[in-house]
Amino acid sequence: MENLNLILPEIFISIAIMLFLIIGVFKKKSSSLIYNLTTISLVILLAFVYNLNSISEISLFNESYKIDNLSNFMKIIMIASGIFVMLTSSKYLQISKINKIEYPVLVLCAILGMMVMISSNDLIVFYMGLELQSLALYVLASFNRDNLLSTESGLKYFILSALSSGLLLYGCSLVYGFAETTNFNEILINSNKTEYGLTFGIVFILVGLAFKISAVPFHMWAPDVYQGSPTSVTIFFAILPKIAALTVFIRFLYVPFANMSDQWQMIIIFLSIASMIFGAVAAIGQTNLKRLVAYSSIGHMGYALAGLSVGTNAGIQSSITYMTIYLVMNLAFFSCLFMLRRNEIYYEKIEDLSGLSKNHPILAFSLLVILFSLAGIPPLAGFFAKFYIFMAVVEQSMYFLAVIGLLSTVVAAFYYLRIIKIIYFDPEKEMYEKNHHIGLKLTLILSTIFIIGYFIYPSGLTEIISKINII
Amino acid sequence: MFSIGLGHYLTLAAIIFTIGIVGIFLNRKNIIVILMSIELMLLAVNINLVSFSIFINDLSGQIFTLFILTVAAAEAAIGLAIIVVYYRNSGTVRVEEIHELKG
Repeated sequence: MENLNLILPEIFISIAIMLFLIIGVFKKKSSSLIYNLTTISLVILLAFVYNLNSISEISLFNESYKIDNLSNFMKIIMIASGIFVMLTSSKYLQISKINKIEYPVLVLCAILGMMVMISSNDLIVFYMGLELQSLALYVLASFNRDNLLSTESGLKYFILSALSSGLLLYGCSLVYGFAETTNFNEILINSNKTEYGLTFGIVFILVGLAFKISAVPFHMWAPDVYQGSPTSVTIFFAILPKIAALTVFIRFLYVPFANMSDQWQMIIIFLSIASMIFGAVAAIGQTNLKRLVAYSSIGHMGYALAGLSVGTNAGIQSSITYMTIYLVMNLAFFSCLFMLRRNEIYYEKIEDLSGLSKNHPILAFSLLVILFSLAGIPPLAGFFAKFYIFMAVVEQSMYFLAVIGLLSTVVAAFYYLRIIKIIYFDPEKEMYEKNHHIGLKLTLILSTIFIIGYFIYPSGLTEIISKINII
Repeated sequence: MFSIGLGHYLTLAAIIFTIGIVGIFLNRKNIIVILMSIELMLLAVNINLVSFSIFINDLSGQIFTLFILTVAAAEAAIGLAIIVVYYRNSGTVRVEEIHELKG
């Protein structure tokens, strides 16, 4: 009998999903009640996962499900950002009239899928988690069903994501066939012989995963989906699935395919360089802030992949640190986006920020901090994130990757600085509304404090992450 | 007579899979065709898994297939629902007319 205590978080969230659906069906007008209950249950979930923190490594269900330092840390940051996403977007849902009972339930489904993905140690379990996550996300992207843009983004996301799932599955089938097992640990043992079939399988799986984290050249869905879907869903897309997909990347590269690093290292380096350059260059001409975030997140994924391509524990840890700081910066940026509201309409163009500093000095200052941090200017948190990555890359004397990364940082700084120029030096527009939901204010304040204050005590984060040793 | 081996099954699956991918990218007419192509890709994977499962004498491939079939059904349901919602808003399901989002 397995120890069910260890998967208590997953059991709890499954029960919560079913319970909330039942409440939603039988109680009239319960959407805001369910929304609040979902936020509370995410907090309880966080406590459950935190409770497992002392377990350094344990495998369940014939080694198909793994709880270790990596999965615990990733689950904690994922659920915590889930809570903040729920806090920031409650007012937005009410105003755009999409606060239906299904919304929080679908968010919970996606989070459950991501938890399964993060912990999976078997191809079948991994696939089920991935599909649970993506099926919920298809619906979320097209949640504003009377809006043409939202449905179109849902349609595009569905087609490209289903295509990537197909590629990934084909890779899984090849790996299963040539390694003769679906378990990650056994694939590692059986992968010593050099089979061409196995290499093909790895390539297909990496392509499928690159779709999920929107690395170039598999990024084409990201800008459209980010722009079209409701902003509360865009913030979800920008943060949570990326954490889960990056964890799966780490697991795939360093558990089953650890012996075959010759085959995958070039692919990861290529994905990373292409994403860094494309993310920096393509964002220059954008006018929509959500679209701009999509391109900037493509670039950021490039840096995270650069850390993975190194093949050392330091590289993996630098990637995880990068993801943590990236999610805080994105939370802060989207909270600012949620504050651009006037007469029940949300503004999302860059020109809407013009002259923001005259009417809203505090909001403008936090945007300044966030954009400087995204551009990687010291002493803000974004600088340290990039610094760790470059340290890990240079340590393995991969200077080429580091130089490309630095150059694309310079290019990317251009469009971040352009926004700051628009905020501070362009003619002012009408005032935006000033009374905001308390959760939104709290998220913005906390994340801005994190970004500014990170340099005071950087070892707080890096010490936790240094416990994650995969190799 | 020659006997049918693993290679034949794998070739068949590869051909079907390629038809599925080409169907997604070359299709300019209708979104429903894309949905069919996605289904074709998943079925090719199933052929792969079942034949591997027989030839290496291991059951987990067939179990994987059952899971994929279930997920494919759910995916098709959600995909059709999204297409219906999209059709209500735009009045078309032609692929070349989906271009509201561009940048």
